[in-house]
Amino acid sequence: MSETARNETLLDEEDSQRDKYLTFVVDGDTYGIEIRYVTEIIGLQKITPVPDMPAFVRGIINLRGKIIPVMDMRVRFNKPFREYMERTCIIVVDIRDLSIGLIVDSVAEVVNIPAGAVAPPPELTRRGNRFIMGIGQAAGEVKLLLDCEKLLTEEETEQLLTS
Amino acid sequence: MSARQGDPIFEAYLAETMQLIEELEELILVCEHEGAFTEEAIHEIFRIMHTVKGSSAMMQYHNIAALAHALEDLFSLLRERPSRQADWSGISDLMLEGVDFTKVELHKLQNGEPADGDASTVIAKVNRLLGKLKDEPDAANGAGGAAASDASTAGTSGESGSATCGSGSAGGMIADPGASDGPRHFAARLIFTEDCQMANIRAYQAVFQLKDRLLDYRHIPENLLDDPDAEAVIRDQGFRLFMTTDRSRDEIYEALSGISYLKDLELESIAEPDGRCGPEPAEEHASRDSPAGGADGGGTDGGGQPAGKTAAAPGRESRTPAQHGTTIQVNVGKLDELMDLVGELVIAEAMVTQNPEIARLQLEQFQKAVRHLQKITKEIQDKVMEIRMVPLATTFQRMHRIVRDMSRKLGKNVALRLIGEETEVDKSVIEHITDPLMHLVRNAVDHGLESAEERAAAGKPETGTITLEALNSGGEVLILVRDDGRGLSRERILEKAKARGLLHRPEADLADREIFQLIFLPGFSTKEEITEYSGRGVGLDVVQQNIAEVGGTIAVDSAPGEGTVFTIKIPLTLAIIDGMNARVGEALYTIPTTSIRESFRARAGDIITDPDGNEMIMVRGECYPVLRIHRLFGVEGGRRNIEDGVLIMAEQDGRGICLFADELLGQQQVVVKSLPRYIRKLNRVRGISGCTLLGDGSISLILDIQGLFNMKHEGEDCHVGDRTERNLAG
Repeated sequence: MSETARNETLLDEEDSQRDKYLTFVVDGDTYGIEIRYVTEIIGLQKITPVPDMPAFVRGIINLRGKIIPVMDMRVRFNKPFREYMERTCIIVVDIRDLSIGLIVDSVAEVVNIPAGAVAPPPELTRRGNRFIMGIGQAAGEVKLLLDCEKLLTEEETEQLLTS
Repeated sequence: MSARQGDPIFEAYLAETMQLIEELEELILVCEHEGAFTEEAIHEIFRIMHTVKGSSAMMQYHNIAALAHALEDLFSLLRERPSRQADWSGISDLMLEGVDFTKVELHKLQNGEPADGDASTVIAKVNRLLGKLKDEPDAANGAGGAAASDASTAGTSGESGSATCGSGSAGGMIADPGASDGPRHFAARLIFTEDCQMANIRAYQAVFQLKDRLLDYRHIPENLLDDPDAEAVIRDQGFRLFMTTDRSRDEIYEALSGISYLKDLELESIAEPDGRCGPEPAEEHASRDSPAGGADGGGTDGGGQPAGKTAAAPGRESRTPAQHGTTIQVNVGKLDELMDLVGELVIAEAMVTQNPEIARLQLEQFQKAVRHLQKITKEIQDKVMEIRMVPLATTFQRMHRIVRDMSRKLGKNVALRLIGEETEVDKSVIEHITDPLMHLVRNAVDHGLESAEERAAAGKPETGTITLEALNSGGEVLILVRDDGRGLSRERILEKAKARGLLHRPEADLADREIFQLIFLPGFSTKEEITEYSGRGVGLDVVQQNIAEVGGTIAVDSAPGEGTVFTIKIPLTLAIIDGMNARVGEALYTIPTTSIRESFRARAGDIITDPDGNEMIMVRGECYPVLRIHRLFGVEGGRRNIEDGVLIMAEQDGRGICLFADELLGQQQVVVKSLPRYIRKLNRVRGISGCTLLGDGSISLILDIQGLFNMKHEGEDCHVGDRTERNLAG
C-alpha cells in the first residue's frame, strides 16, 4: 500500500470511529468507552496475581505472548468485588501505547453518540465520578462515558487515599 | 549544515568518527608498545586523520578538523621518511592528547552541547614538532617534500603516468590519454554500501573533498542536496563524477577511495570531459595491487610521495571493501525486538507441541514435524543470541590506555596482559561491565601494585603485571582481574570495618574470604589519601552494584605479597535464563538456577521461631531465615504445613535464604520478560524481577533473590505479618 493510500485509510478509520462508543455493564450501570481505544474483547482468562498491587489491579494475563495487566472495573469504581462469571469479559484497551485489560460484567454493544448528545457530568462527589467525562444519551438510555486516560493516571491519588 | 541529535548525518558522523578515534588510539598504543611506528601504521594513522578532517570540516566542527589537519600534516611528513628516527614517545603523547581532545569534543556533541573546545594548544604543539622535524636535515627529502598532503603535483606526473599505464595494461584497459602533462579527464562511478544512509550527502562530501584538486567537474545527479530523487538515483545507478584535473590518476583514486561507506569504485580515463563512459571499465581495485607495486621502483627516487601512496593502498583496500561488504551495522533496538520475537516463538512452539488437545493422540508424522520445528527454533534462538554477542576485546583494549597513563603518572612499571579477549558476552552486558572493569584496573595499578623500589626489595620483578582474563564456564563468563602486587591486608580491612561499624560478627568467626568481601560494602575504602585515579568516594560497592545489575557477582581473593584476584561472574545473556519452576497454591514462581544452592524437605521440628514470629532453620550448623512465599505474596491455597512442601535454599552474595513452596516443577530455560509498564509504574512490586511464559501459556513470576533479602530486612522492622494481612484483605 502506498503512503498516501495508507493515510487515507487511517483517516477513514478515524472518521468512522468518531462518536462511536463500546458500551459495557458494571454493577447495573452502562458505561461507554471510545471505540478508538479498544483493541479487542476477550473472554475471561487465567489471571496471574501480582503481589503488592492495589486491589483493582487483579494481576497479569498472557495475551498471545504479550503480558498485560488487568483491572477490575467494579473495584476501580469502588463497587463490591463479585466473582467472575460466564459473561465476564476483558476489554483490551490501548491507551497511549499502554495495553491494559478492563474486566467488566458484560459487554453490551457499539453505539453512536454524537457530541451534541453528550452532557458534562454533574458535579457530584461520588468517587466513581472521577472517571466520567460525560453523560451520553442513545436510544433513550443513559451511558456514562469513561475518560480512559484517567483510568491510568488517577492511581496516584488512589494510592494516597488507600494507604 | 545544522547538526543536531536525531539527524542521521550527524549520528553517522559521530559513530564513524568515534570509531576511527578509537581505532587510532589502539593503533598508537600498539605502536608505542612496540617502540616504533611501522610504515603501515603511519599510513593508517594518516588515513584516519584525513577522514576525520574531511568529515569534521563538512560538519563544520572546525576545531576538530583543524587538529586533525595538523596531525595529518605531521604524519604526512613522517610517512615521507619512514625510516628515520623520531621521538616516537613524544609523538605518541601528542597523538593521544589529540585523541583525548577529539573524544571530549565528540562527547560534547553527543550530549547536545556545542563542540567549543580550543584545540590551539595541541595544534601549536603539533606544529612545533612538525617544524622541528622539518628542520632536521634529511638527505633524500629536503624541505621540498613538504608536509602538505596535496603536494604531489606536476613534479610527480612522470611516474604517476607510468603507474596509470601499468594499471591500465594489467587491467586490459585503454591507455591513459592523459599520460602527458596537461589536464586529464576522468569518469568515476561511486557505489555506496546498502547500509549507507543519505548517499547523496556522502556524494556531496566526496565532491567537497575533491574539488580543490579539480579544474572542472560535473556529476550525475546534478543537484545533490535539494533534489529529492538524488539519493534514489545514486542508490540505483551509483554516483557518477566527471572530472578534469591536472592531478595524477592515483591521487584522484586515492582521494575517492578514502570516502566512507564506499562499496565499489570505478575510475577510468576518458578523452572528453563530457564523454560517455567508454567500454565498461575493469574493476579497478582488482588490478591495482601488483601494478602499483611495480610503479614503486620507478617512483621512489623521484619524489618519495607516490611510493608512499601506493604502498598505502593495499592496506586500505584490503580493509575497506571487506569491512563494508561482509558486515552491516544494525540498530540494537532491532536486535532486542528480534530477541523478543524469538522468545515468543519458543513459547508459541511449546503451546502447539504440548497442546492438551493432542496430548493423548498417537501422531507419528506430527511428532516428526514437531522435532523438525524444534530443531529449527533452537537454531534460530542460538543464532539470534550469537548475533547479540560481542567480544570483550574492545573493552579490554581500553584498559591499555588506562594502564599506560596511570603507570606514567604514578611512576610504576606496569605490564597489562590480556587473555581470552575473544570471549563473547551479550551486548547489554558489555555496557554494564566497562566501568567496573576500569575501576578495578585503576585500583590494581594504584593500590594493588607496589612501587618499583618496594617490589625490588621484596624480590619481585620491577614491572608489575596486571592480567585481565576472560573465560567461558558453563552458562557464565568469568572475568578475572589479577595483579601481582602486595595483596589485601586482612588486618587493615578488619580495622577499617570496625572503625566504620561494618562488622557485625566476631572477627574470629570470619574466614579470610569473608573479610575480603567486606571491601564491597558501601562506605569502605582502604586508601587514606585520595589520588587522582581512585578513591574519589566511589568505592567497590558501586562496582558490585553495576555488576549485580546484569545479574553478575564479584568476589575477591588475595594472598599477602602475591597479589589479588577479582573474579567477576556474569551470565552469558540476560534474555534467557535457566530457571527452576516452583508452585505455591495456584501461583507459579521461577527461581534463577544460578542462585539455588539446594532444595530439601524439612521436619516441623527443624523450624525455629523467634519471638517476633520469624522462622529460621538450622542447616549443617548454620542458621538461615525461612521465607514462606505464600505468606510473603499473600497467595491463597497452597500448603501450610512445612513438612508437606519443599524448602529451596537460594543464595546471593554468600547469604542464604530458604524459600518455602508447595513443590518444584522442574528446571527449564525461560525467556525473561519484564512486567507490564503499568505495573512497574505503580512501583510497588518487590521481590519479583520479571515474569516468563511457560509452555502451557501460564505466567510464572521470576523471583528476585536480592530483592527478597531486602524485603526480609524491612519485614523485620515493620512486621511482615501486617503487610500480608493487608494483601489478603485486598
